[in-house]
Amino acid sequence: MTSATAERTESTAATGARVEFRGLRRAFGTTVALDGLDLTVEPGELLALLGPSGCGKTTALRVLAGFERPDSGEVLVDGTDITHVPANRRDAGMVFQSYSLFPNLTARDNVAFGLRVRKAGTAERHARAAELLDLVGLPEHGDRYPHQMSGGQQQRVALARALALRPRVLLLDEPLSALDAKVRLSLREEIRRLQISLGITTVFVTHDQEEALSMADRVAVLNAGKLEQCAAPAELYRRPATAFVAEFVGTMNRLPGRLTDAGLVEAAGSRLPVDGDAPGTRDVEVLVRPENVTVTADPDGEAVVVSTSFFGSVTRVHLDHRGTTVKADLPSRDAGGLTPGIRATVGLAPHPALVVPKAER
Amino acid sequence: MAAMTPTAPDVTPEPGARTADRATAPVRIRRRPRPWRGLVLGLGGAYFLVPLVASFVFTVHTPGQGVSFEAYTALLSADGFTESLLLSLGLAAATVALALLLAVPALVAVRLGAPRLRPVVEVLCTLPLVVPPIALVTGISTVLRWGPDHLSRTPLYQTFLAVQNEDFPFVLVLAYTVMALPFVHRSLDAGLRAVDVPTLVEAARNCGASWPYVMLRVVLPNLRSSLAGAAFLTLALVLGEFTTASVLGFRPFAVWIVSISGAQARVSVAVSLLSLLITWLLLLVLSRAGTAPAGAPRTSRKES
Repeated sequence: MTSATAERTESTAATGARVEFRGLRRAFGTTVALDGLDLTVEPGELLALLGPSGCGKTTALRVLAGFERPDSGEVLVDGTDITHVPANRRDAGMVFQSYSLFPNLTARDNVAFGLRVRKAGTAERHARAAELLDLVGLPEHGDRYPHQMSGGQQQRVALARALALRPRVLLLDEPLSALDAKVRLSLREEIRRLQISLGITTVFVTHDQEEALSMADRVAVLNAGKLEQCAAPAELYRRPATAFVAEFVGTMNRLPGRLTDAGLVEAAGSRLPVDGDAPGTRDVEVLVRPENVTVTADPDGEAVVVSTSFFGSVTRVHLDHRGTTVKADLPSRDAGGLTPGIRATVGLAPHPALVVPKAER
Repeated sequence: MAAMTPTAPDVTPEPGARTADRATAPVRIRRRPRPWRGLVLGLGGAYFLVPLVASFVFTVHTPGQGVSFEAYTALLSADGFTESLLLSLGLAAATVALALLLAVPALVAVRLGAPRLRPVVEVLCTLPLVVPPIALVTGISTVLRWGPDHLSRTPLYQTFLAVQNEDFPFVLVLAYTVMALPFVHRSLDAGLRAVDVPTLVEAARNCGASWPYVMLRVVLPNLRSSLAGAAFLTLALVLGEFTTASVLGFRPFAVWIVSISGAQARVSVAVSLLSLLITWLLLLVLSRAGTAPAGAPRTSRKES
């Protein structure tokens, strides 16, 4: 980065604001999109809202942007209640899922649109647009119309437009979902770099767990309008608070198990400590990550290899163990002998495991 | 390090190139000439051109006297020509303005706020197509007769008189607006379908734009082609409309042409040809106005 760019970046920097959702509730007819959502986004943090379709993540973002009114609850930015502030006075820049550049304006005019609304002078508008196009790596694209740019470039311009008014909060509504895998990967890294550099509080909606885990400071997992867990990506993966989070984030085995009197749980021939509260019943299901499953080729083993999937350094082995499908991630160099039909012994690494009642699905 | 890498990893299309066309651009398919296409085109062209040429010949050629452009030179001095033409143009302008003023906000509002009402609006707007103009004008004349009798002591009485002012019969604008509604709706609906209006509106609101600003600077510019199309069709309808104006006793251009056809047949046909030419010229101006500036697209399309 040149010193000139560094100076420009400094001038672009916005002060991160603290965002709070308090008891947000929003229903569309009989469908409850948000069911008492309480969540705080710390200043300068990138928080990902993650969840399946219809979990309320986009509704939460749209409430923050001012495009939806909650039925009850409030939204606070730096302690100020903005629940009833119109969308055009929210001081929040947003990048949309679909390409949202104004088709009749050039990239420069798109970026400067907000400044034009605020009646900024032509010179100021052009300077700011040039600065931001430079920032998103498109300094030569100012005169291009949206249809003359690729999807990735359009989203970069949309990001520049969202930052043009130096908003206190940046809202990203699945901005990468329309892009191909390669562009998505590079753009998400660049968005993250930019966000850290600007220190702007960012709320990022995605249904892609890989995207959420790789970009966010914290990930809030939503299900049926409620917050299941909000934690740093590593914690979310290693210590999921609920069965939903455990199964939604990453891959998880559900193995039949039995609680022992010693407070341990027995599953697949191994005994593991219980993570969190154990259910009241003895017969339970144990949630175990594939990387915590060990597999050894054994002609007398109870499991049979069903199939294998090669992922480079890791190979996922699917086994049938007493009628239950078990997934195990093994280093590829150790999985060479595990071909379909081979008998094997399954073991579990002695990490604390989440245990749920057998009936829970 | 805040700036994104200057070179975008994804492919940059050439300016002016349509995204959807890029993949197939290098492949050119040589088409075989198809004689039947020329035949169909020739027949279609003859269907339109033969009557026009015959009309033109009729206006300039008198058997035994040779060629003369008298019918055209006599036009400007013909009684009522300028007045009726100006009246028709004025009525057309007012109809275009009223129809767009009604239809644009209504259709945008339905698209943004109540998409489920779209079929209802579509049926309502298409309804005038199935009502014959004579039925419409019968209804209007009944109301115009009934009104003064029952409203003579109310302020509406003056309104009834005002809309029938012969200098500018606004009642015709109201009738034409109803008649033009199906065409205006079709054109605008096609334009609204081609643009992701809700997202553009939200993007503009997010940039701080007020609702009027959003409509004037975001929605309308992106509906330019369909607005021009709607105006184009309304103009053609109003300039050629005869039944309503004639039955209500007004004398715009179409009625004037018919009224002089008995006494001055050649002048009448010459005027018809001239009116066609004027209509075409106006349509050309409107279609040019509706064309997006160089480089700008007519519609917004998402890439896959």
